[in-house]
Amino acid sequence: MKESILSWLKNRYPVDSVTEFAQKKKVPLFQGTIWYYFGGITLFLFLIQVATGILLLFYYRTGADQAYESVKFLMTKVHFGWLIRSIHSWAANLMVLSAFIHMFSVFFTRAYRKPRELTWITGMVLFLLAMAFGFSGYLLPWNELAFFATKVGTDIVGAVPFVGDFLLTLLRGGSDVTGATLSRFFGFHVALFPGIFTLFLVIHLAFVQVQGMSKPIGAKEEELKTMPFFPNFVLRDLLIWLIVLNVLAILAVFFPWELGAKADPFVPAPAGIRPEWYFMFMFQTLKMLPAHIAGLEGETVGVMAFAIAGIFWILIPFFDRSSQRGHKSKLLTYIGIIVVIFILVMTILGYTLS
Amino acid sequence: MSQDFKRRTIVNWLLGGGVIAWLSAIFFPVLKYLQPPSIPEAVVSSVKAATVNELANNSSKIFKFGNKPGLLIKTPAGEWRAFTAICTHLDCIVQYRDDLEHIWCACHNGHYDLQGRNISGPPPRPLEEYDVNIQGKDVYVSKRT
Repeated sequence: MKESILSWLKNRYPVDSVTEFAQKKKVPLFQGTIWYYFGGITLFLFLIQVATGILLLFYYRTGADQAYESVKFLMTKVHFGWLIRSIHSWAANLMVLSAFIHMFSVFFTRAYRKPRELTWITGMVLFLLAMAFGFSGYLLPWNELAFFATKVGTDIVGAVPFVGDFLLTLLRGGSDVTGATLSRFFGFHVALFPGIFTLFLVIHLAFVQVQGMSKPIGAKEEELKTMPFFPNFVLRDLLIWLIVLNVLAILAVFFPWELGAKADPFVPAPAGIRPEWYFMFMFQTLKMLPAHIAGLEGETVGVMAFAIAGIFWILIPFFDRSSQRGHKSKLLTYIGIIVVIFILVMTILGYTLS
Repeated sequence: MSQDFKRRTIVNWLLGGGVIAWLSAIFFPVLKYLQPPSIPEAVVSSVKAATVNELANNSSKIFKFGNKPGLLIKTPAGEWRAFTAICTHLDCIVQYRDDLEHIWCACHNGHYDLQGRNISGPPPRPLEEYDVNIQGKDVYVSKRT
């Protein structure tokens, strides 16, 4: 039976070249092999997001007078509704965390160096989209925290010189955060972003297949130990995915995601309001800036500084000449360490300072 | 040769211009579509925000000023004050803190005094102040002209 199916396929498609290709791919074995798992973990969590997101769509209704109620209904009446939503929220956070680790490990191992510049750039696009997913999805339950987070976040976009007002209106669907904003964010979150994300994900993974796994910088080809990607590394990937799934289940069941109070545009922002953890370092930085810097508003300066730093970060493969020559520049390592410390310190301050 | 070159240049310009016109014909409606139509709102210049006995000294309430929130305060000294409730920093809604006896924004820890002046934290500008008038038992708030 199996033989006949296989021969049927072989008569129509180049099956042999695919299996041959799969056997060729090797994963380098060295101190940094652990970092090769995080891209796959991020992918796995994305697949969970797609599955749970589609399930949530069956009950979710958009609109300022229905969104909160529909999520409440889902969490209180629908069988396992609380579990599906909790998994979706937790997996979102774990996915961003895993993407952070993946990104910084690629940075410190210089895996973005020639010929993989475009893999890094598509990865950065995916990373920014993951953040956009988080920001747009956060508003959909239409609760108090989400309402103010969206007000603040979109207002920050309004601080961009020249096009700020246009972008603000585009995002909010008007001058204020209203039901129109909710409809837009819903459209972004379930249609626009998934489409673009899938496209870039396919490109990102295709690049990895075409160029193979990156080798540690400065390693000699003949001295490098490797492991076949298929089946050895794939099986390890699957084991890690299973562990991640268990961690996710534990978090979702024992720390179910809260819904909070319904958004009300005529209630002051609650004390202790804070954004999701992956925006915390930016939020905290903006909080610490004075109202005016060099005659400009503080947040305009802050937003521009983050934007410039982000562009520099995306274009790192083109600035980093020494990695193209096969050695790590100390300066970039220090810059990377400073960035990590800055993010960590600002995040911790955000949670500890009143 | 040069004749050919000239013709080719003209054709290229025509083609290029045609493509640009075609693209703008596609993107112009899309961009316009994404900008929501402005719905004219009745301009509110004065509203009844509270009744005289509603607030004790050193307390406040949020009232609707058209479709925007306003903050009505009765100071510890018993004076009425009204401001926009929208923080000048990043659009959050501010609140009156009776323990600090001034206005506070929870989002980024901004503080305003009882004149609405930004006194600490990130707010770049004072809050817009409204006029308060007592008419009989009602407290009216109106925009300053």
